[in-house]
Amino acid sequence: MWCTYSVRARGPFVTRRPEAARGAVACEAVEADVDLLSRLRDGDEAAFVQLVERYQSRLLRLARSMVSTPAVAEEVVQDTWMAVVKGIERFEGRSSLRTWLFRILANRARSTGIREQRHVASGPAVDASCFDAAGAWAQPVAPWAERSDERLDAARWAPVMREALSDLPPRQREVVLLRDVEGLTSDEVCAVLDLSRGNERILLHRGRSRLRAFLGPHMEAVR
Amino acid sequence: MMQLVRRRDLVCQEAVELATLYLEGAMSRRERRRFETHLRKCPNCAAYLEQIRATIQLAGAVDPEDLSPEARADLTELYRRWRSE
Repeated sequence: MWCTYSVRARGPFVTRRPEAARGAVACEAVEADVDLLSRLRDGDEAAFVQLVERYQSRLLRLARSMVSTPAVAEEVVQDTWMAVVKGIERFEGRSSLRTWLFRILANRARSTGIREQRHVASGPAVDASCFDAAGAWAQPVAPWAERSDERLDAARWAPVMREALSDLPPRQREVVLLRDVEGLTSDEVCAVLDLSRGNERILLHRGRSRLRAFLGPHMEAVR
Repeated sequence: MMQLVRRRDLVCQEAVELATLYLEGAMSRRERRRFETHLRKCPNCAAYLEQIRATIQLAGAVDPEDLSPEARADLTELYRRWRSE
């Protein structure tokens, strides 16, 4: 019975960011990028192949949410690689290589001009019907089988999460992909997608809320 | 002594809309205190926030798919062409 849901004892509500969870990994990747960059400038083909291995699928994932067909997404990614090869001399290293790549991709995707609707939809994070007239939860929040800690069985939920991500409206998906899946900072997300801080936050908030709503029935079912 | 006007407590429907601001560390100290006060009193909102955290963590664990050997070969071919142009 989850109507007697009790809160497990916990410390202060500490702000936790996605980077914190895999900070070391991200740091290693950025260092490796610096090395790749200088080899790429020297025209090292193996460095290009490594870069492609590291980023092709991730670029494709973002491209798919920005343009209307998978074929166009492939083209946009290929254009991005060409821009990288041709423009590597001009890359000043003021942003990380990762942010630079995503930004080139986003610009290319945008210039295809296929997707028109770029307004920021607003709406509640949780459907208004879940609350009573006073604004309190009408029903208790059903607990999940998994908690956000080190023991979270991520591999098990990856297929559901992939499905949840593809269910997001494109603009929310772009922001969530970059911020939560790729682990960019919100400044980097704003730079890549040309968004104001306010709009980035609205899209992130809507996207995360929607992911949670999608995951809910799966998470509650397993107890 | 100056009398401070006490702000009314948050209701759940407002609190859930603040989850992202809170997790992004984008609240003023006062807003954060108000939010945390609500969380301490409301197990439902605490559970909600915990679920948003789990959601973020699960999203961060989604790996990109592996690159196919064909795609790698195609791009290597293109690289050579771009370099020679």
